[in-house]
Amino acid sequence: MGQQGIVSINDRAQDNLRYIRETMERAGSFTAVPGWGGVCMGISALAASWIASRMPTPELWFALWIGEAFIAFAIGFCAMIRKAKTARVFLKGPGRAFALSLFPAMFAGAVLTLVLFGQGIFSLLPGLWMLLYGVAVVSGGTNSVRIVPVMGISFIAFGTLVLTLGQQWANVEMAIGFGMLHVIFGVMIARRYGG
Amino acid sequence: MAKALRNDVHLAKPPSSQRPHGPKSPTQLDRVIHEPVRLGILSALAVNESMTFNELKELLKTTDGNLSVHARKLEESDYVHCDKQFEGRMPKTSYSLTAQGKRALEGYLNHMEALIKTARDG
Repeated sequence: MGQQGIVSINDRAQDNLRYIRETMERAGSFTAVPGWGGVCMGISALAASWIASRMPTPELWFALWIGEAFIAFAIGFCAMIRKAKTARVFLKGPGRAFALSLFPAMFAGAVLTLVLFGQGIFSLLPGLWMLLYGVAVVSGGTNSVRIVPVMGISFIAFGTLVLTLGQQWANVEMAIGFGMLHVIFGVMIARRYGG
Repeated sequence: MAKALRNDVHLAKPPSSQRPHGPKSPTQLDRVIHEPVRLGILSALAVNESMTFNELKELLKTTDGNLSVHARKLEESDYVHCDKQFEGRMPKTSYSLTAQGKRALEGYLNHMEALIKTARDG
């Protein structure tokens, strides 16, 4: 009799533990993206679009949207932690993977924003933000439910369109993109994936 | 992994009338949990307050019938709580982990860690 097919108890136990951990991670990322958080981010973007349309200078318009980005980030972060029930699970598990996947595209977006702001080119910002936010969501949502990367692709598609339209409709574009897309997909995620 | 669980020499199934709902002693494996789909259900519910039948089915990549059988087994052992509601006209079944289920999963994890430690020390 050969040794083929004989697996040690140690290996079995490690396989079992690995299976539990992987299932927990997949199950966590499965619902880690917060639908209602997305709705709140969308509503804050709609409000920001309305306020931005009354800004007298491009610099104030820019400052308002940077402020809105921080507010949206805070909303998303809190909503993810709330949905993950405990910060420990969120930070150790799928939330960390999701955040790390978001980071490269967000960092690229921040760098390009600073460069374009330095050169006074504001017209490209809405499209650029949507495009790179979409890339970040697709990347972060790779291991999540299908609707998350679909949302990212929608941002990429709309961002590409916006880049061709210019700044004339910037606030409407931001309202449709960061406002309506977040609200629509947020409601869908919340209704189908538990909040 | 599934094969590893099913082939475990310690786990030849006794007749259903003799099958326990949990381990009889701390050194005995919990046979209710020691099955891939059931272990998957408990692991998934450990990180989610509740999950619907369809979410679990998609996550564990299993069939309606298979998931239904294993979920019922966990329900009979009081490891999960099943909640059936209607969303509009569509029935919606959700599962959540009970305190007993949480303890059972923790016990199972401890058991696996003890097996690894014993194998290493021995």
